[in-house]
Amino acid sequence: MTLELLNYAVAWPEIFLLTMACVVLVADVYLDDENRNATYLLSQLTLLVTLVLIAVKATSASETVIAFNGTFVSDALGDVLKFFIVLIIAIVFVYSRDYLKDRNIFKGEFYVLGLFGVLGMMVMVSANHFLSLYLGLELLSLSLYAMVAFDRDNPNASEAAMKYFVLGAIASGMLLYGMSMIYGMTGSLNIAEVATAINQMGDTNIVLIFGLVFMVIGLAFKLGAVPFHMWIPDVYHGAPTTVTSYIASAPKIAGFAMVMRLLAEGMGGLQADWQGMLVILAVLSMAIGNVIAIAQTNLKRMLAYSTISHVGFILLGILAANNDGYSAAMFYTLTYALMSVGGFGMIILLARAGLEAENLDDFKGLNQRSPWYAFMMLILMFSMAGVPPTVGFWAKLAVLKAVIDIDMLWLALVAVFFSIIGVYYYLRVVKLMYFDDPVDETPIEKSRDMQIALSANGLAILVLGLYPAALMSLCVSVFS
Amino acid sequence: MENIYLAIPLASLIGAIIAGFMGKQIGRAGAHTVTIVGVGISFILSLMALNHIVFNGGAIYNETVYTWMVSDGLRFEVGFLIDHLTVMMMAVVTGVSLMVHVYTIGYMADDPGYQRFFSYISLFTFSMLMLVMSNNFLQLFFGWEAVGLVSYLLIGFWYKKETAIYANLKAFLVNRVGDFGFILGIAAVVMYAGSLDYVEVFQKAPQISNQTMSIGLSEWSVITVICILLFIGAMGKSAQVPLHVWLPDSMEGPTPISALIHAATMVTAGIFMVARMSPLYEFSETALGFVMVIGAITALFMGLIGIVQNDIKRVVAYSTLSQLGYMTVALGVSAYSAAVFHLMTHAFFKALLFLAAGSVIIAMHHEQDMRKMGGLKKYMPITWITSLIGSLALIGVPGFSGFFSKDSIIEAVHYSNVPGSDLVYWMVVAGVFITAFYSFRMYFMVFHGKERMDQHTKEHLHETPWVVTLPLIALAIPSVIIGWLTIEPMLFGGYFADSIFVKESHNVLAAFGKDYHGQWAMIQHAIFALPTWLALAGVGLAYYLYIINPDMAEKLKTILSPAYKLLDRKYWVDEIYFATFADGGRGLGKGFWKLGDVALIDGFIVNGSARVVGWFAGVIRHVQTGILSHYAFAMILGLIALLALFVK
Repeated sequence: MTLELLNYAVAWPEIFLLTMACVVLVADVYLDDENRNATYLLSQLTLLVTLVLIAVKATSASETVIAFNGTFVSDALGDVLKFFIVLIIAIVFVYSRDYLKDRNIFKGEFYVLGLFGVLGMMVMVSANHFLSLYLGLELLSLSLYAMVAFDRDNPNASEAAMKYFVLGAIASGMLLYGMSMIYGMTGSLNIAEVATAINQMGDTNIVLIFGLVFMVIGLAFKLGAVPFHMWIPDVYHGAPTTVTSYIASAPKIAGFAMVMRLLAEGMGGLQADWQGMLVILAVLSMAIGNVIAIAQTNLKRMLAYSTISHVGFILLGILAANNDGYSAAMFYTLTYALMSVGGFGMIILLARAGLEAENLDDFKGLNQRSPWYAFMMLILMFSMAGVPPTVGFWAKLAVLKAVIDIDMLWLALVAVFFSIIGVYYYLRVVKLMYFDDPVDETPIEKSRDMQIALSANGLAILVLGLYPAALMSLCVSVFS
Repeated sequence: MENIYLAIPLASLIGAIIAGFMGKQIGRAGAHTVTIVGVGISFILSLMALNHIVFNGGAIYNETVYTWMVSDGLRFEVGFLIDHLTVMMMAVVTGVSLMVHVYTIGYMADDPGYQRFFSYISLFTFSMLMLVMSNNFLQLFFGWEAVGLVSYLLIGFWYKKETAIYANLKAFLVNRVGDFGFILGIAAVVMYAGSLDYVEVFQKAPQISNQTMSIGLSEWSVITVICILLFIGAMGKSAQVPLHVWLPDSMEGPTPISALIHAATMVTAGIFMVARMSPLYEFSETALGFVMVIGAITALFMGLIGIVQNDIKRVVAYSTLSQLGYMTVALGVSAYSAAVFHLMTHAFFKALLFLAAGSVIIAMHHEQDMRKMGGLKKYMPITWITSLIGSLALIGVPGFSGFFSKDSIIEAVHYSNVPGSDLVYWMVVAGVFITAFYSFRMYFMVFHGKERMDQHTKEHLHETPWVVTLPLIALAIPSVIIGWLTIEPMLFGGYFADSIFVKESHNVLAAFGKDYHGQWAMIQHAIFALPTWLALAGVGLAYYLYIINPDMAEKLKTILSPAYKLLDRKYWVDEIYFATFADGGRGLGKGFWKLGDVALIDGFIVNGSARVVGWFAGVIRHVQTGILSHYAFAMILGLIALLALFVK
């Protein structure tokens, strides 16, 4: 490990992204509505170059580097997660264009806020310090609050944004409070130093555990684990679908990174305690998420509850608290983000001016309207349900294996039980698509780039299911 | 070579996919072009593989192409084992399939489901190739089931026809019985050998053969159980008694598919599988005996039914059953090479006979009743001559391909010491007479004698187009010569040395080989042997009854009416199955449905639990009030709970 005070080289992707986000912000002011496409293209170009920069950095220097006075860490885990975050947001942007145009909200704000959100996530992923972590988290959260509300004339969206903002503020407060307690006990905000200090103090220190509880709650809120999940259905439902696809995908990866940095790296000494907390959160999330999803008639709400249950599964991998578990959780998170963006992408595909296509009934008879996209949705639903040969099967298998390996067979059984309940509502979508008659016969007209991206998104789920080894070994390699 | 091996099944698959999913866009001509090109590529590459392995002495290929998962040491893979047995099967399957593809252009010319049909038959070829090329049990099972599925689709191709739906359901259900045994067999292999890979399993065979397992009260040798279970699968696919009932009904499908099912694919799967598993079967005398007896019963009794059939396709179908019986007998006496040899010659002449029957059916405007035919020789010279060649090959006239393969089987049984082989020998010899009789009964009724069709049909009678006759000619040539050319290497030359394992004490073909002195000697010997004379007697009897004295046949029918009835009703097997399995199954099902399903499972477990879940979901849903302060309250509750639990 090399220690340098300021090492700009490892932060090139972030620096570039920040610069370009500001450029887009300024440029957008001088564009009129006909030329709004320029903002979109510039944003996509920014993400593309960032992606290349991350890839170049990841392949050229793989050792762990601490920079910026110990607030920033560059390691293999961070590179992989950042790569996927940027990639997935680029997909979200592709899906967004037609949808926003149809609703006359094709504005620069969406893309500028989106870019700043990506920057926030990247800072979170690379955080080696409580403050930089909190800085990234707030940058992301504030961007998200604004994005949810950015369709100003939509009362649902405004209400959702308000709820999200208030609850998010409470959660951030709790997280900060927890951090301050840990700081009080360990005397440091640097994650590595905190870890050493906690190891010396042992796990009987009451104040440490007090702080830990508050921090876990902050994390649970960001991920959306029960009982800190209440915002998810309302926000997913109320926000414009493009924003929902943003919130539901990449921020989960950043959330995973946050959990890894705080709990796995920073609080290794308190493992027994946070493991117990995560067990409770995981079981509740899988139970509540899967059961309530059944009662939903709105697909966005259904996917919101499905997210909650998936978060439960991700927690299963994390609570195993060993490298196998972490890599399983990482595999799950990455593939889940891909499935999630595809699922909301399907809603966007069917939506048009005057129709949100967010109800289950809108998917009736999709096979007759478009066999190809019905097939894509089938793959996505199967994957979320965990049916082989899709990638969702491998993700579930990996986390279950991790749980069984730490002798928590009962937990694996609970997980399987609830995922069986979950299969019902995923298959219901498939049934509606293939066995019911369409309510709406309007042909699906979306621009070519969206169609290609969505097809690639669906096929990726299938191909990763057939060839899971590459991604799996990537996830394993960053933890070894 | 690896890429070539991979391309062989994929070429067919791609053709099937294009014709199936883009049938509308590419049109009829597009569909048959793309599938024929696909299967043609498969055929040419198969010939290259054959050339590579057989003539250039290329290395046997046994590699994994794709690993899907590894679970507890058990590998789930797609892999190819390409050896002498495989390349021969590949060449036969793709060759016959190619002929059938070409022929279909003529036969299905007016059918609205043209593209769908081509897609199915290409998919069928792909499935069969996956089955024969496999190097592990999982892929074998995949091919096995895929063949079953596509045959279901093809038999019921005319899905608006009541009888076709009945027939495909029957084929599917009967095969399900066989497949159940088959998958149990594979499970036993996994359990005792701990692997799905052929080579690994075969290596462990001697070791397994010493183990026993208890079923019920008795102890069974593990290898016997495995072999019999696998053979039950083969009985389903290769239509052996008592799982033969689906095959005659499968005639409801279009004729090209009958040819494909009966000649090169599907029914040969069982024979091929047993030959492939010879390293297992050799360790179980019991299983071999069982195989032999089943085969003999099928060979004799199914042939007898063929005598009383009037539907031209059904006669050929029963002859297939009987010939499959011969192959199974050969397997039972450890003459695997002879079985596979007969499989190959049979593939050519049976495909020829089916396609010729189809040609007749086209000319007769889809009339299949032989009593309304007669004297077609002068209208359809090519169909006539090729049918005659096919029939001569089938009955085993010395020199034709069927002669070499069938006589070898009969000789192999003769040399065998397996208990019961004496009786089986007489059964297969008697079968020769019966085969000759029903084959030439059909031949005389169709091509000679009085013209019994109506005036309208007669006026339109003419030879079928070249797409139909070309495959007939192409198949007639191997039907004549392939036996002569290949008997020496296949039976005595050690062609199968690397793929078929025979214990020294079972090696009947080696014993037969000592008395074998070339093709000519075999023919000269046969002229003075019983089977040839029986075949001639069968032909003679058919000639007398159906040409010289046609009234006699009717008289005999009344005199022998109980026997006639027995055969006409096919030994009442269908009726028995209906009364017991079908009705019993339905009764049982109804009982379970009323008691178990409706009351217990639906009422209590499913609906009950669904109601509970639904109720719970409904209640919990109300917790999601939409009111912000409630949400914040839930978070505080969560905080308090966690603090209470963890801060001690």
